[in-house]
Amino acid sequence: MPAAVEFRDLSVRSPDGRLILDGISLSIEAGATTAILGRSGSGKTTLLRTVNRMAEASAGQVLVHGRNVQTMDTVALRRGIGYVIQEAGLFPHFTVERNVAIVPEIEGRPRAERLARSRDLLAAVDLDPAVYAMRYPHQLSGGQRQRVGLARALAADPDLLLMDEPFGALDPITRAEMQDMLRGLLARFRETVLLVTHDLDEALYLADRIVLLSAGRLVVSLSPREFLASTYAEVESYIRAFHRGERAAGTRPSAQEAGAP
Amino acid sequence: MTSGFLQQYGSQIATLTIEHLWLTAAAMFFATAIAVPAGIALTRAPRYAPPVLAVANILQTIPSLAMFGFLLPLPWLGERAARIAIVALTAYALLPILRNTWAGIRNIDPAVVEVALALGLTGRQRLFKVELPLAAPLILAGLRTATVTCVGIATIAAAVGAGGLGELIFRGVASVDNRLVLAGAIPAALLALAADQLLGLVERRLRTPR
Repeated sequence: MPAAVEFRDLSVRSPDGRLILDGISLSIEAGATTAILGRSGSGKTTLLRTVNRMAEASAGQVLVHGRNVQTMDTVALRRGIGYVIQEAGLFPHFTVERNVAIVPEIEGRPRAERLARSRDLLAAVDLDPAVYAMRYPHQLSGGQRQRVGLARALAADPDLLLMDEPFGALDPITRAEMQDMLRGLLARFRETVLLVTHDLDEALYLADRIVLLSAGRLVVSLSPREFLASTYAEVESYIRAFHRGERAAGTRPSAQEAGAP
Repeated sequence: MTSGFLQQYGSQIATLTIEHLWLTAAAMFFATAIAVPAGIALTRAPRYAPPVLAVANILQTIPSLAMFGFLLPLPWLGERAARIAIVALTAYALLPILRNTWAGIRNIDPAVVEVALALGLTGRQRLFKVELPLAAPLILAGLRTATVTCVGIATIAAAVGAGGLGELIFRGVASVDNRLVLAGAIPAALLALAADQLLGLVERRLRTPR
């Protein structure tokens, strides 16, 4: 099976000449969820954006389903790829319903079809269409906006979904709910997902494969199990940085336990 | 006495009001047709924005009487006073519309523009479905400022014989007749207020909830 996305010795430079990505070679398996993990500034968002040409390669290639994106029309390429960002980026002057169906709208699909699609997808992200379809984005909570953003990304029936820290701005409980919902959706739609996150827990929970970037270079690409067991210094320091509070609290007995006979 | 004055000048006031409206409307039409596309173009080539806005700014600072004077000796323009008036008024109306179109599009949340691109909207779709609707309230505010300015400056157009309510004002000043001055000034002020209210109403309707 050909890779859904393939990066071949990809480098990206910023307009001022700084190297943001340095010789990335990586295959993304179709139908799987791949988390791209790394610190702020490691280049993970840029890597994601080269797939739909929101960022351009300065050297090397990006292939989507075996085709070099550089040779493809950007509009057609982007319409075939779902895109979700942290702030959702909903159109403030459109209703929820119209936001979800924007890609079918710009493709000139009939209105009745668009509305039906929109309502189906709202139900799929657990938003009751009867309640939410006619609302405007400012009338929604952050979690609800993100659900609409996800429904919009799925509206074009893309086989590839790019997600850039989609749940990064949400509180932990809402984030957990969203992660559960996404898992359910992915089981149903069988999308290939590239998920940028700096949350190791999220990567372990959602991804089939974890890619770690550091300063624009690929460190490892491993399964979650392999990742946790890895002895790479950079992986270990990443793992150490997580659940520190839990560990710290776990080493000290709580007041109640200490007082118990 | 007042009724006698109105009987004598009533129809003249009406004619001049219509003339005044016509000059303003024609200028606003041309200014909008130039400044809105130009404002959009500046958002696509932002490095030209500072010089272009500076030129529009300078146009606006030219005293109106001097502007009419400058245009008077020009070949085709100088033949008809109304042409001079419309060109001058258009020049004054450019800046508010240009600046607000530019700012209205530039001020759109970058995440919204980013998503519009990433979803595969074409340039035209992005403009008409996203940018112009979101910038509309600000563009309209610019039109409103420009209209009120034009209604005021159009009174000076009478100095070059273009007509309008300024004619009554100039005549009143020359003959030291305050009734004539007021007969020009009051309808002009009312026109400005009416235009302001009307466009304000449209502007509020266009404002998107956020």
